[in-house]
Amino acid sequence: MNELTPPEKRTAKDFATDQEVRWCPGCGDYAILRAVLNTLADIEADPANTVFVSGIGCAARFPYYVETYGFHTIHGRAPAFATGIKLANPELDVWVVGGDGDMLSIGGNHLMHVIRRNVDVQVLLFNNEIYGLTKGQASPTSRAGTRSPSTPLGSVDNPVSACVFVLGAGARFVARGIDAQQKDLPSILKRAHAHNGASFVEILQNCIVYNDGVFADITEKAVAADRQVVCRHGEPLVFGKDQDKGIKLNTETLSLEVVEIGEDGPEAAGVLVHDETNRTLATMLAGMDDETLPVAVGVIYCDPGESYGDGMARVKDQAVKRAEGADLKSIMHAGHTWTVAD
Amino acid sequence: MTKIDQVLNAPADASSRDELESAVVRFAGDSGDGMQLTGGQFTEATALAGNDLATFPDFPAEIRAPVGTTFGVSSFQINFGARRIMTSGDDFDVLVAMNPAALKVELPRLRKGGLLIVDTGTFNERNLAKAGYDASPLDDGTLDPFRVVALDISAMTQEAVKEFGLSKKDALRSKNMWALGFVYWLFGRPRITTQEWLTAKFANRPEIANANIAAMNAGHAMGETAELPDGIHGFHIAPAEIAPGLYRTVTGTEALAWGLVKGAELAALELMFASYPITPASPLLHSLAKLQHLGVTTFQAEDEIAAACAAIGASYAGAIGMTSSSGPGIALKGEAIGLALSAELPLIVVNSQRGGPSTGLPTKTEQSDLYQAVYGRNADAPLVVLSTRSASDCFEVGIEAVRLATKYMTPVMLLTDGYIANAAEPWRIPDLDGYEAFPVEFTTDPEGFHPFLRDPETLARVWAKPGTPGMMHRIGGIERSYDTGHISYDPENHHKMTKVRAAKIDGIAKDIPEQSVELGETSGKLAVVGWGSTYGPINRAVDNLIHRGKDVAHIHIRHIWPLPENLGELLKSYDTVLVPEMNNGQLITLIKAEYLIDAKPLNKISGQPFKIKEIEDAILDILEG
Repeated sequence: MNELTPPEKRTAKDFATDQEVRWCPGCGDYAILRAVLNTLADIEADPANTVFVSGIGCAARFPYYVETYGFHTIHGRAPAFATGIKLANPELDVWVVGGDGDMLSIGGNHLMHVIRRNVDVQVLLFNNEIYGLTKGQASPTSRAGTRSPSTPLGSVDNPVSACVFVLGAGARFVARGIDAQQKDLPSILKRAHAHNGASFVEILQNCIVYNDGVFADITEKAVAADRQVVCRHGEPLVFGKDQDKGIKLNTETLSLEVVEIGEDGPEAAGVLVHDETNRTLATMLAGMDDETLPVAVGVIYCDPGESYGDGMARVKDQAVKRAEGADLKSIMHAGHTWTVAD
Repeated sequence: MTKIDQVLNAPADASSRDELESAVVRFAGDSGDGMQLTGGQFTEATALAGNDLATFPDFPAEIRAPVGTTFGVSSFQINFGARRIMTSGDDFDVLVAMNPAALKVELPRLRKGGLLIVDTGTFNERNLAKAGYDASPLDDGTLDPFRVVALDISAMTQEAVKEFGLSKKDALRSKNMWALGFVYWLFGRPRITTQEWLTAKFANRPEIANANIAAMNAGHAMGETAELPDGIHGFHIAPAEIAPGLYRTVTGTEALAWGLVKGAELAALELMFASYPITPASPLLHSLAKLQHLGVTTFQAEDEIAAACAAIGASYAGAIGMTSSSGPGIALKGEAIGLALSAELPLIVVNSQRGGPSTGLPTKTEQSDLYQAVYGRNADAPLVVLSTRSASDCFEVGIEAVRLATKYMTPVMLLTDGYIANAAEPWRIPDLDGYEAFPVEFTTDPEGFHPFLRDPETLARVWAKPGTPGMMHRIGGIERSYDTGHISYDPENHHKMTKVRAAKIDGIAKDIPEQSVELGETSGKLAVVGWGSTYGPINRAVDNLIHRGKDVAHIHIRHIWPLPENLGELLKSYDTVLVPEMNNGQLITLIKAEYLIDAKPLNKISGQPFKIKEIEDAILDILEG
């Protein structure tokens, strides 16, 4: 574990710690952990240069299970810690992990700002639409009417859409994945990692104890193909068991709708081609939460811009140039000084 | 030496200046009148003339309160002299009042016989009403106890700047420079520094620079040539006897910024400063933001909590993280500070204290966050608390904060206040090469490593930073095992870890200077014990009374937690201990709790610094009462 020069490529197993994993048996977090460990092996991450930062909650235990550097911080604030880490050492590869309560409720503000600043980190939001560690209260992503110990007659508040929220905050990389999709999730994570700037990945995660099956209507084998549309840049937005449906823009209502693809193919049916650099399209796709529309998964938006670290480095260079070699001593001696003689 | 009122009563003699030992001048006007700039310029010129000095900028919380109202009055006070100046002064010898509201607010503190310079051009019905005057105080005998120079400064300023073709509004903006020019004449100060400053400041608008210079010169000429009432003529204040060296003026904010930068350099660490705007702490962010070319990174966070968290993140990554705020913001940072001390990471938290609780008096000074600093977190959560006594002291305390934070892997709370942050004083520029370095040694050896291995002497844990091969580890706010550094819920372990965290901080008492006595004997009838910005008035009061033969000593505490090892014994060697504080009694509680001694409080919670006389009176009450 402590070798300085690894003799051969690390496997997913090499990225696992010796700590006993303490999530409930059957928790979706196990699947996400597997996908992340596989991704780390795949991208040949340097464990010494990788940091996992988390807040509080079930998801936030994540760093203890990854053989890299890890900082388990306080509730909701992981993006702020991650920002400080990147400011101090821009070379570190930083992953931020949290749940929907952690990142959208108590830490909603910090999520907004890490995104708008475009800090070069990967933010993984495990969305299970419930508070797990505090035993099952409604969360900011719980659907209205959710019955929980804190909302025995059903929750009244409307849920927030994580992806739409971050797009509104100026996100430049937004993706959505599903815990059990072990083929697709690592490829999304890989793209998130490759993106320079803040990359945001919402991962729909099943809480087996407090919200079991909350995503069953879109993830069950029988319905998955009809309820998910996979976003692939440059390809038509088609879905369905037989790839016979597509997403079309209704130009009168300025909204998305499902269209049947006839024999002439998607183009003739007016199916949209996914352009991951189109923020308006991304926002509409991310916001598809009506039962008549499928849920968008994959890379919904990717349009890189200057990262916060690059911007800070640029400004610092400017400061150095302007200062023309001034050091602390010359600053302290600048302006009016006078000598008191012996 | 002559008292100013004796001079004022002396026969008129415009050909010679009268010698003064010291004087207190207060510039007062509307928020928009530029009184802080005026005071700043006078400070600079006075420092260059070789006087010792202390200043007190006193301004309203509102950026632009309604014009002409008493709550919109902005003032700047300077005490300067031919001797050591310990405070910004009690009552004023000279008051410059630019409008009726300023007169209304400040007149009660002008000494009887003091000199009042007043702009009569602003004394119209509307302004008088806004200030709450039924009749003009210029005419109703209110000003009889004072020497009055009543001039239509507004009109004379407009006349002086006529040739520059400014609007009336712009022309009137120069009237503070007219008043400054007059006061420069009064004390025989050179105008050159202000002239240079105006030329540089308005480089792109030379007509504004020239108008201001012309106004200043007109004010100065008025003093030189006009017949002033009641034998008012110029004063001379000789240079003070000051230790030899190279001097400049410095505010607490500047000195602290430089001290923190120097501290980081001595620790061989990058400095990452994260803050959120709040009065009166923001100037520290501004000062450090100007030092990015020295490797300083400044980060304006989205809120107080994020600022603390980002600073801790930076420390985690191997820099020295710093954050800064005032009381309400420090409260928000509390949970994060708890993580820093639990994860045992270095962190500097600067608190520029202000009047509270809640929003309180944002622009007024108070030292009421001592409890918050020492006790203000959930659970048993000790950390280091330092305080700074003056603007120049900030430099040394900034360095000491970094030394202790990095050596002991602990947060350090550094208490300063709004008064120190804004006040300027002459400062002998220290020799930067004269400080001993304390470079941090990061752990790089994986053999037997775990993140909570401790130095047996300091009890500080090892520091391995991300990016180091072979040292991967996880830390956080959950209790961890003393033996392995892994998460542990073991009851005995938590007991042990709590004791270790406390012992680590307590042990720092062995690594700080013993408490010294500033003035007086190390035992006797009375010790006056202070901390923070009360240093000046306590020191002068005790000095005055020692010269009058009184048995009194001054002790001033820099290390609030842990307290110096000898403090308890030292305090017990006096019959009585008096603790003046700008709060309702906080250090006194700490001292009583630690040493079980009786101590007497002296509290002032008005948002204004102590007057020397208030402390003298309290001392005499005890000694003679």
